[in-house]
Amino acid sequence: MTSYILRRVLGAIVVMWAVATLVFFMLRAVPGDPIAAMLFDAGDAAAVDALKARLGLDQSIVVQYFKWFWLTLQGDFGNSIYGSRIAVSRIIVEALPRTLSLALLAFVIAMVIAVPAGLISAVRRNSALDNGVTLFAFLGLAMPDFWLGIMLIIVFAANLQWLPAIGYEPLSKGLWPWLSHLILPAIAIGTPFAAIIARMIRSSMLEVMRTDYITVARSKGLKGNTILLRHAFPNALIPVVTVMGIAVALLMSGAVVVENVFAIKGLGRVLIEGILNRDYPVVQGAILAVSAIFVFANLAVDLLYGVIDPRIRYD
Amino acid sequence: MAIRDDIADTVPGGADAFPPADGTEPLPPPAPGALRRFGHTLRRDRKAMFGAIVLGLLVIGAVFAPWLTPHDPNAMDYLFMEPPSLTHPLGTDDLGRDLLTRLLYGTRVSLFIGISTVAIGMVIGVVLGLLAGYHGRWIDTIIMRYVDLQWAFPNFIIAVYLVAVFGTGLTNVIIAISLAYIDDFARVARSMVLTIKEEQYVAAARVLGASDTRIMWRHILPNTSAPIIVQATVSVSYAILAEAGLSFLGLGVESDTPTWGLILSDARSFISRAWWLGIFPGLFIVMTVLSINFLGDALRDTLDVREVDGAP
Repeated sequence: MTSYILRRVLGAIVVMWAVATLVFFMLRAVPGDPIAAMLFDAGDAAAVDALKARLGLDQSIVVQYFKWFWLTLQGDFGNSIYGSRIAVSRIIVEALPRTLSLALLAFVIAMVIAVPAGLISAVRRNSALDNGVTLFAFLGLAMPDFWLGIMLIIVFAANLQWLPAIGYEPLSKGLWPWLSHLILPAIAIGTPFAAIIARMIRSSMLEVMRTDYITVARSKGLKGNTILLRHAFPNALIPVVTVMGIAVALLMSGAVVVENVFAIKGLGRVLIEGILNRDYPVVQGAILAVSAIFVFANLAVDLLYGVIDPRIRYD
Repeated sequence: MAIRDDIADTVPGGADAFPPADGTEPLPPPAPGALRRFGHTLRRDRKAMFGAIVLGLLVIGAVFAPWLTPHDPNAMDYLFMEPPSLTHPLGTDDLGRDLLTRLLYGTRVSLFIGISTVAIGMVIGVVLGLLAGYHGRWIDTIIMRYVDLQWAFPNFIIAVYLVAVFGTGLTNVIIAISLAYIDDFARVARSMVLTIKEEQYVAAARVLGASDTRIMWRHILPNTSAPIIVQATVSVSYAILAEAGLSFLGLGVESDTPTWGLILSDARSFISRAWWLGIFPGLFIVMTVLSINFLGDALRDTLDVREVDGAP
């Protein structure tokens, strides 16, 4: 077990190094010169040289790589070349709680919708309710999250005026201001995930209900609900746990897009703005931060399997 | 094949006594009557039928767009943000352009991107998967290290990363989304190859002196087709969503190419005043993706492919 954990942690670090290295070289290998983006007059050779020297771009690519790598290890991602030139690390530290709050709330909302929906459609199999859940699941997977976000804004922010349409308030300003800004984007992100989970719970419940120990429980004369919730449901959740890695993927890629709809300056918004402004230090930093969340969240999920399902053994 | 195998052992010169396989020996057929069985599924499965009809209508609309609508997708008019009417069935946008016309022309681009990206990603991915699975050893290690690296991230994020590197525009978006699919296809193809290459007919082909390339292309590839077709179908719907997402974020095609995502993106500031600008482009996307997913499910049932798990 210990060697398994060590191997996985090492693997995650290698993946992060590979991503960082790929991003470093690819951003420098393709056309689209950051110098041109930073200078108003890229034709001025002296200014170009001066700026290159200041940024260390006049050195060989290998020297640049090691310098950059050493700084990145220390958490120094350079400064934004755009606007007020603040440190990229500061931008990321400010953006991180926003993205994490959003992803977490999206996860909670998705589970709150998906668990009852999946249970109901398994218990009332082939009923109108079950068909409704199936339709919801198909629609949830087919709807672009940003479009759902726009629709939610039209209904709940513009027309009903129940919730704010855009922006973000930190938790320190109070629970409701924080929550009210996040509910709509969290629904937009959580819906496709809820669709997957609801279908998954339905099919694994149906499978568990066919097993012998449920028949035994039934012949003992246990009540229907006790069997469902105490005996069947916990085991039906195990396959759900195995898609938690996909959850991280869905919620994070959802956040990258939906943050832009709701003008929440999380990692996704930072990444997209960086790309649009050709702000290379910001793009690099944001890619590394987003990638780190994936890699380490997946690592955490993998390590948790063994805790949740003791039947899983590691070699 | 078994008989030839037996003879090969008894004839002096063994396999060399036989001419190299030249395509005359019977190949394993690609699942007998698959197309006919799919037709049956379509008639029984109402969801699949719905998908087939919607997709058919979309394709007709895209192909015959110039004859179906009297308007030009980029022609501006003074009728800004007109609600749906007889002359403009889905209304007009902020520049007075006919929304239905733009959506029909957008169908061309969106379907083209969806299909072409998956086709490119599939070819690259399947070739890599075949090479890795068939040769094993260091080729397998190198290819799969890369595939695993990409596998750690969702396809959409990979596409965003690649656009960050390559820049925006139609060609770059197609490259970015195509490359994002390599890992999915490589994994499916490789896992199929690993089981198929142990089959007797592969051993028989080898005994008969068929080259590695020939075994890979004529004997292994046709038998990997079912799961790859299913994977490709599902991928097309995700590729369409990916393009819409990229275009919506401003990372997609140029602003004069109407795609569903771009039309939605353009409409953002006006949606509270003109609901049709928000609803209809989204409905086109939802209907298309829904139809492809329905058809994909029917295909999976017909071809009897186990669910391939993968992050969208």
